[in-house]
Amino acid sequence: MLLIRCPWCGERPEIEFRHAGEAHLARPAAATDAEWAAYLYERANPRGWARERWRHAHGCGRFFNARRHTLTDCIAATYAPGEEPPP
Amino acid sequence: MTRFSWAALARGALRGHRAWTPQWRSPDRPQPDYDAVIVGGGGHGLATAYYLAKEYRLGRIAVLEKGWIGGGNTGRNTTIIRSNYLFPESAALYDHAVQLWEGLSAELNYNVMFSPRGVLMLAHSHHDVQSGLRHVHANRLAGVDNEWLTPAEAKAFCPPLDIATPRWPVFGAALQRRGGVARHDAVAWGYARAASALGVDIIEGCEVTGITRDAAGVTGLETSKGPVRARRIGVVAAGSTSLVMAMAGLRMPLESFPLQALVSEPVKPVFPCVVMSNTVHAYISQSDKGELVIGAGTDQYPSYSQAGGVQILGHTLEAICELFPIFRRMRMLRAWGGIVDVTPDRSPIIGLTPVPGLFVNCGWGTGGFKATPGSGHVFAATIARGEPHPIAAPFSLDRFTTGQLIDEAAAAAVAH
Ligand SMILES: Cc1cc2nc3c(=O)[nH]c(=O)nc-3n(C[C@H](O)[C@H](O)[C@H](O)COP(=O)(O)OP(=O)(O)OC[C@H]3O[C@@H](n4cnc5c(N)ncnc54)[C@H](O)[C@@H]3O)c2cc1C
Repeated sequence: MLLIRCPWCGERPEIEFRHAGEAHLARPAAATDAEWAAYLYERANPRGWARERWRHAHGCGRFFNARRHTLTDCIAATYAPGEEPPP
Repeated sequence: MTRFSWAALARGALRGHRAWTPQWRSPDRPQPDYDAVIVGGGGHGLATAYYLAKEYRLGRIAVLEKGWIGGGNTGRNTTIIRSNYLFPESAALYDHAVQLWEGLSAELNYNVMFSPRGVLMLAHSHHDVQSGLRHVHANRLAGVDNEWLTPAEAKAFCPPLDIATPRWPVFGAALQRRGGVARHDAVAWGYARAASALGVDIIEGCEVTGITRDAAGVTGLETSKGPVRARRIGVVAAGSTSLVMAMAGLRMPLESFPLQALVSEPVKPVFPCVVMSNTVHAYISQSDKGELVIGAGTDQYPSYSQAGGVQILGHTLEAICELFPIFRRMRMLRAWGGIVDVTPDRSPIIGLTPVPGLFVNCGWGTGGFKATPGSGHVFAATIARGEPHPIAAPFSLDRFTTGQLIDEAAAAAVAH
């Protein structure tokens, strides 16, 4: 089980959270079918560092972003939505 | 290759089992040039190579596997076979596989231990009953066997099942009698042996690290054992598919999750069938060695860790103990994880890609073992003809652009 730092509530066990998919996907204002499919469905799915959204579902209920390594599951940082991802 | 028969087995036994030879050729390195290369030596990749060689007599074929054959999800799964999915497209695909399973041991001259002992899917609520009945009716309309059992009938079919637990009472169950289990390793080995006998090169320890292209399409691959030229490449890499397709510059509608399973100490035959519960995310059968084979759920986040969270196993075992109180004192021997590639609509992707000569067969997620023969069969046809086999056509990659999704989230919701 992961230990995740909610930017507002601090460190909590993973079961308080809900994973919410790849982060920093921008919804296109106008899009062709292919661009819309890319936005809705195509994912980086990297083996390595990933940026993803989480929600503190059984806590403050707020969304935030995390940078996690998908081989070690180590979380390097969590940050509020709208913030620039740490390097 | 020795053909197996009673006489061959008797001769082998009389010689003290010392005269058996390797079952497939294992070239150390790939040739520089092939007519078709399959990336991934799991069941699906090996079956694809076998049908390409057998039915399409495509010249020189290689299967490149980064580890050992069957070491991916093929050798890690709980081997449940069934075809009771909701939509007609899925029924056609999965039932094609079940029909091939029924004759597979004879076809391959290798005992894959297909055991159609019946798959029981439990309903624990009014909504489960409605969804279960909908599946039963849809399956029967599509010509696939599936029937509804009352709780008492479910208990009679599977005596260890407790139908009146306070936590997970059983309101009824769908039963597919033609469903069951098979021996996963034997499926990989049987296809490898039969493909090798038809001239397919199976190269283990050979990781694909790049895909080369020119204006006309793919030209070959970079591998850890040197470059290989090929104008037709079939990627069948399960949890690693996004990584391999990225080598050709494609982003896939896939996410890779750890999925876990565990086995108990072996005991005498006690469990007659397969039981699955979508609601509690648990499924169970007993192997011929006597171990209870128990499948758990996926982690909630994508990962390549091939381990999975321990709380997932705990959750599954709680449910198993509530449903089958007789198993409370069993000891668990091993748990493990595999990385499964999940699509947005929980249906696989089989077919062409925007890159000419590059084909993909992936997205089987938590439930592709059951499809192994059918998947290989329709994918081989697709590669050989350069156009989708009719059964594979609805499962094309471009359904995510056209919007014609095949949403099997309910049929595939439990991880199996
Ligand atoms: C715990 C668990 C339980 C499951 N239970 C069931 C079940 O009960 N019923 C069911 O129907 N399905 C089940 N599944 C799903 C099923 O196992 C898979 O859908 C199926 O086995 C996929 O087969 P495959 O041949 O496509 O993949 P795999 O067997 O994973 O083969 C893919 C191969 O590609 C190789 N590869 C990857 N990248 C490269 C590269 N770059 N170069 C060379 N080779 C590469 C890998 O090493 C691997 O051997 C389960 C899965 C898991 C993990």
